[in-house]
Order: sequence, then C-alpha cells, then structure tokens
Amino acid sequence: MTLGKIVGNVVTTMKHEVLTGHKLLIVQPVDKEGKARGKTLVALDFVQAGIGDTVLVIEEGNSGRMILGDSMAPVRSVVAGVVDSVEVSGG
Amino acid sequence: MKMGKVIGNVVSSQKDATFEGIKLLLVQPVDETYKEYGDPLIACDVVQAGMGDYVLFEGGREAALAMEDWYNPSDAAVMAIIDHIEYDAGEEK
Repeated sequence: MTLGKIVGNVVTTMKHEVLTGHKLLIVQPVDKEGKARGKTLVALDFVQAGIGDTVLVIEEGNSGRMILGDSMAPVRSVVAGVVDSVEVSGG
Repeated sequence: MKMGKVIGNVVSSQKDATFEGIKLLLVQPVDETYKEYGDPLIACDVVQAGMGDYVLFEGGREAALAMEDWYNPSDAAVMAIIDHIEYDAGEEK
C-alpha cells in the first residue's frame, strides 16, 4: 500500500461492467510529508473518499480483486482507506 | 488504471488466435490535464473506443482479465471512455 492524495475524479459512461457503480478517483502518490511524487493514477473508490483526502492506495491486482470480491475482475488500483494522520518518527 | 488518448488503430492479419475480432488501439498516455507523456502503446479495446477518445486503460495481467476470454496474452486493455475529468477541487478542464 502507498499513500496518495485525491486530486480529481474521472467520469465515464462507456466502461467495462466491473467499473460500474464505483467512483473513479485520480490519485497523486505522495511521500510521508505529503509531497507529490511520480505520475497520477486512476483507482476505484471503496471508502467514499473525495478530492483533497489523503488515502491508502493499493496498486496490486490480487489485493484489488479481493476487496472487490471477484477473483477474475480486471482491477488493480483501489483506494482502500482514508488516512486521518501519518506519524513519522523524528529519528 | 491510467488515462490516455486514442491516436490510432493497428490492423493486424497474422496474429495470435485469441486476438481474433479484437480491435487494437494506439493509445498515448495523458495526465489529468490531458497533457501527453511517455510513449504510445497498443491496447486491446473492450468498450468500442474510437480515434480521439480519451480513455482509461489498464496494463499487465488485469488487461487479459478484461477481455471476454480471459486466457489471452494481452498486456494492455482500454477499459472505459472518459466523458470528462474533474481535476483538483472540482475544477473542470
């Protein structure tokens, strides 16, 4: 799992049936300080996350399919949690 | 999934039998502001996307699972046609 920030959403009409009924969120991966890193991705929402939320993103097929409850679903990226806070040890 | 723009079709007669009847699209990856990045790739179409459409595509094993017959060697599939992208605080682009 990685941390990400929701920066938008994507609206689609024509889509694979497995995507029906789920919000599609644009996720910007962030580091532990909340700073953006890398390219954005589009993930299926399972936790009613919204724009501006920091979230837990899973980008791995088997985990995504397990959350969806369908072992043959063509889904990889899912938003699996809304992050309240991140505590980082000062070291 | 990633966003992309369909910039072409690929026609192939001699191909793996599992690709019979499947449209092959040339997809240019784009970011959330529709800006192009990276190199185009070829993806199998499962949603009847066409030239100029902005789409969502998936790579890897999930691409194969998206097709009707899941036992195929596809490594990218177009999974949805984007109507519009809302980016940052609901601002539409």
